[in-house]
Amino acid sequence: MTTEQRARSLGVHVVLIAYSLLAVGPILLVVMNSFKMRNAIFGSPLAPPDAATFSLIGYEKVFRSSHILTYYSNSLIVTLVSMALVLLFGAMAAWALTEYRFRGSTALALFLSIGIMVPIRLGSVAILNMMRSAGLNDTLTALILVYVAQGLPMSIFILSEFIQQIPKDLRDAARCDGVPETRIFFEVVAPLLRPAIATVAVFTIVPIWNDLWFPLILTSSDSTHTVTLGVQQFLGQYITDWNSVLAALSMAILPVVIIYVILSRQLIAGLTSGAVK
Amino acid sequence: MPESVSNITAQMPRAKLAGLLLFFLGPAVAIYTLFSIYPLVATMALSTYTSDPSGARSFVGLANFKTLLGDALWSKPFWNALGNNLIFFAVHMCVQNPVGIALAGLLSLPGLRLRGFYRTVMFLPTMLSVVIVGFSWNLILSPLWGVAAGALKAVGLGSLFAPWLGLESSALVTLSLISVWQFVGIPMMLIYAALLNIPDELIDAARVDGLGQFRIFFHIKLPLVLPTISLVSVLTFVANFNAFDLIYSVKGALAGPNFATDILGTFFYRTFFGNQLQLGNPTMGSAVATVMFFIILLGLCLYLFFVQRRIRRYAF
Repeated sequence: MTTEQRARSLGVHVVLIAYSLLAVGPILLVVMNSFKMRNAIFGSPLAPPDAATFSLIGYEKVFRSSHILTYYSNSLIVTLVSMALVLLFGAMAAWALTEYRFRGSTALALFLSIGIMVPIRLGSVAILNMMRSAGLNDTLTALILVYVAQGLPMSIFILSEFIQQIPKDLRDAARCDGVPETRIFFEVVAPLLRPAIATVAVFTIVPIWNDLWFPLILTSSDSTHTVTLGVQQFLGQYITDWNSVLAALSMAILPVVIIYVILSRQLIAGLTSGAVK
Repeated sequence: MPESVSNITAQMPRAKLAGLLLFFLGPAVAIYTLFSIYPLVATMALSTYTSDPSGARSFVGLANFKTLLGDALWSKPFWNALGNNLIFFAVHMCVQNPVGIALAGLLSLPGLRLRGFYRTVMFLPTMLSVVIVGFSWNLILSPLWGVAAGALKAVGLGSLFAPWLGLESSALVTLSLISVWQFVGIPMMLIYAALLNIPDELIDAARVDGLGQFRIFFHIKLPLVLPTISLVSVLTFVANFNAFDLIYSVKGALAGPNFATDILGTFFYRTFFGNQLQLGNPTMGSAVATVMFFIILLGLCLYLFFVQRRIRRYAF
């Protein structure tokens, strides 16, 4: 490496490190200060907690004065059930659209793709009316139904691309042996879709877990709030109690960060695999 | 694609095919139609009605839209929200795309070490909830905590600090920049993926011709990823004209100070759901949602007819 090349590479790293700091700095700052006593939060915000300033008072208050565990379990139920249904129904629909030739298949594919671009949020007035008249208002079921409808178009689009790549001989061999179509899908094709799950998950789990709008519109009691809405309301109520606010923020950040760090390789592979080009 | 359909399925009896289609497509089409398409259509239909205090609805044609665009009580906040939304979008286009392109360009440099680490770290904010991001920045920029003021003072720019989120003149741009900070990961990743897809031969040929990294990037790589950049732009457009969470969690439903940060999403929420100042009005709310739908549709059409059609698709 010549000196000039070395200098240039150093410059690139300086820029990337600076931007990385800008990206995680605010998050680190919030999490770090949530473990400190009030006067340390204000006295030296940039210092990490030490033996003298360490405190869990904010977390104690959050546990005492909010239903944070209920919010977590609601978010978990809504996200996992929605994702499972999006994957199952999405894969089935993608299979039918790519495998069978029938009149209107192109029109149906176009119809299904409207939902990729047009946000379902714009139908909220009617969604709320429907849920009220069906008696589903303020239930997790209402959220799940909306999220499945929201996630399906993208998952059908991505899974269709995957199904097209599966060798045709595989399913035709099974057909020659007289295996019924449903078994071909569930026993031959579905297991091969496993790598697509991470990709579909990126486009379903994250928006559902982070959504504020539908929980705000469709749920009204503490027992049905999700983490995002629960924390948002808690923050509004305790705005002047910095220990609690920082602790509540950290509790909303940490699960996402942990899952992200574990899955980041698959998530990024999914994002960059050409699913959206 | 006829060749992808095997002969065996093409010869299937009609009744059997219909049964299979019903089984495989039924659940997805039913849920999607019932909870996504039907509500959109029903909302548009509802926008042509009005309801009296007893709850009875009567058809009024386009009167709601006339009120929304013509009656000063409605049109002033509407045009304010639309104008603010355009500024919100403009800041994204002017900051998010160039920063995303620059970061993607750096990340895709050949032989870069720690590539995976940078990528993971820089994408992290995109994964977080908008509520969390908004609130965290609210604390950091708060004069009470003094983190931002202290940071500026440390580099000798202390006099520049102001409570940006609280001032009518700077609140909207500050919120837009917070949103850019969070979502710059998306253009970065998509453009990065597109840059990696450029065949090495093209780059090698340019290098043999004596072009430096800088010129290779601007003259060869950038034109090749233009389709991705326009896709990112249209995704940003749809997301921006539908945004709500950030403003609501930092500024509340009233989008203060003095509606300076009010965008269509918060205006829609107030109209439909109500707040301290007004009762919720589902029919006017539907009218606002319908207008938002047509704005998004207009953006999509412009993209499809002008951008997408002119871009030459390069087959790699």
